[in-house]
Amino acid sequence: MKLKKRIPVIDQGDKLGFWGGKFGGNFVPETLKKPIEDLEVLFNKLKKDKNFINERDKYFKNWVGSPTRFIKLENLTKHVGGAQIWSKVVSDANGGAHKIYNATVHCLLAKRSGKKVICGDTGAGYAGKMLSMAAKKFGLKCKIFMGAKDIKRQQPNVKAMKKNGAEVIPVYSGSQTLVDAVSECMRYWVANCDKVAMCVGSTVGPAVFVRICGWSTSQISRELKTQLVDEFGSIPKKLKLYNCVGGGSSSFGFWNEFMDYDKKQCEFIGVEAGGPAKSKKHAAPLTYGSKIGILHGAAQYVNQNTDGQIEETESISAGLDYPGISPLHCFLKDTKRARYTAASDEEALNAYKMVTKFEKLRPSLEPSHAFSVAIAESKRFSKDTIVVVNSCGDAYKDREIIKRKLGKKYV
Amino acid sequence: MSNLISYAFKKAKSENRPALLTYTVAGDSSKKLSLEILKSISKKVDILEIGVPHNTPVADGSQIQTSSYRAIKNGIKVNDIFRIVKDFKKFDKSKPIILMGYYNMIFQYGENEFLRKCKISGVNGLIVVDLPWPENKKFASKCKKRSIFFIQLLSPTTTKNRLKKIIKDSHEMIYFISMLSTTGGKLKVSSKEILSNYNKIKKINSKKNVVIGFGITEKTIKSLKKADGLVVGSAICKEITDSIKKRQNPVTNVYNVVNRLKNKIK
Repeated sequence: MKLKKRIPVIDQGDKLGFWGGKFGGNFVPETLKKPIEDLEVLFNKLKKDKNFINERDKYFKNWVGSPTRFIKLENLTKHVGGAQIWSKVVSDANGGAHKIYNATVHCLLAKRSGKKVICGDTGAGYAGKMLSMAAKKFGLKCKIFMGAKDIKRQQPNVKAMKKNGAEVIPVYSGSQTLVDAVSECMRYWVANCDKVAMCVGSTVGPAVFVRICGWSTSQISRELKTQLVDEFGSIPKKLKLYNCVGGGSSSFGFWNEFMDYDKKQCEFIGVEAGGPAKSKKHAAPLTYGSKIGILHGAAQYVNQNTDGQIEETESISAGLDYPGISPLHCFLKDTKRARYTAASDEEALNAYKMVTKFEKLRPSLEPSHAFSVAIAESKRFSKDTIVVVNSCGDAYKDREIIKRKLGKKYV
Repeated sequence: MSNLISYAFKKAKSENRPALLTYTVAGDSSKKLSLEILKSISKKVDILEIGVPHNTPVADGSQIQTSSYRAIKNGIKVNDIFRIVKDFKKFDKSKPIILMGYYNMIFQYGENEFLRKCKISGVNGLIVVDLPWPENKKFASKCKKRSIFFIQLLSPTTTKNRLKKIIKDSHEMIYFISMLSTTGGKLKVSSKEILSNYNKIKKINSKKNVVIGFGITEKTIKSLKKADGLVVGSAICKEITDSIKKRQNPVTNVYNVVNRLKNKIK
């Protein structure tokens, strides 16, 4: 299995949509074949269309607010005493997280296809919140599927979705989290694909959704590349990019533009959710060696039992609480371009405590996982190593959990 | 290639009626009970579809989901399903059985091993909901080699060009999904429209046995009786759920439903 140079990773799949011959694909009911093919044709055409790209860039700049900041975490760097720790503050984006990029592009595509309604899934509520914002902006009706357990633990985002006029549909099946929300959203699309567009909230699902999402979030690394050159005059000789990985949309977008650099110069570190330290359950299929299976239309490493039933996950961060992982990350793992590890709930909370103590930055529990590993590893690195952590979400949505786990003063 | 499924269609045709196909989930609500249900409805049904329950079923509505989760909770494993088929075949070896499920279960078992077990236990056909054409080409030919029908699915969204290609690659039986819906949805299009789509398929190749499924209940079955076969699934799964709720015997209740369905298409 080999990663090709000078070809975007999203376009390295084969005819049937498999990366490396085995990850991804389109394991979907017959009914979805046509709408998926239609979406593929539309996307392949528009991603080469200058007008469409200009339109996207216009909205990214004026509405999403690009570029998001790239800042040095001076105090944290001093405290850790190793590498320079920087952050790309993607939570600056309109709505407070990277999910806005994918949501915006899906709404632009829906408009072009003439659909009036868009449906989407959400875990932490960010994908849903952003889709509801974008749908409102572009005059589309919006339906969001969300696990009942997630609705309880991510209320601020639920309120935001409703305020934007979206219908939030609670999903009570299975573990009542993201995995079930994605299933239910796909079912809804199966039944309504003639009139409704679907947005999959991460780089997961049938191949075209993986590609659209990766193409959209790559805005993050486009900005970062320019910012690094502005700051250091060129891409640093020792650059390490840390990102949390749930479905894998923010990490893929954070890395994409640096794909062709040698990994000795530019290393990618993906941090999965290890779950509570005492629990056997986790949401880290890459770190803990889960087998390849089919989930939501794509072949990927996925937590499952020997029969092939998908296993329940457990993580403090709803956004990472997913048993599978993007086919793109399976591909990056097996080609050894990226390195994957996990942080536990407790480690993420400690990292949140440390970052908020030293810096004016409040990463949500998802990027707190990435901070945890970045801080631990930075101690060992030389001072000319540039560590960048993608702070891809704001902790506002987590304040109830943080209050309960760490006490009021941390909110 | 001919197998018990072909005979079942021939027999129904000779009686001038569509074949009746039922779908029940293996292990719902227990291994023992699901076998008893199969035995009791067997003489009224032409082909038995047995669902391999999966816990992320993206094409199933709430009734089949409920049955699947219940079966999984009660401990059903893939090997138990082969045992159920084997035990049933001891009871009635001439009744064709089709397993219907999601690809991951087959993938984890290993395609070849899964098919070997199908052959040993007496499975006659397979429907894999999320393994569409052309992705299913290799697996379908493996099935053919072992005289197991791989049953292609067609939907109202399938384009004409695609219809032709799929039908060309199909074995003797084809499953037409009546409407845009997950299983168990309310029939939202007219039977006239469904039959007109059905006829498009028959026109391409009249020799294939085409069954219609999704949204078929006691209320709707009669209007579609021109088809080669009709599949009832969710209505039966619902009956099991209702029986459990009312503390009644699901075996008798399901038999009664199937009996009424059969009478409507005689």
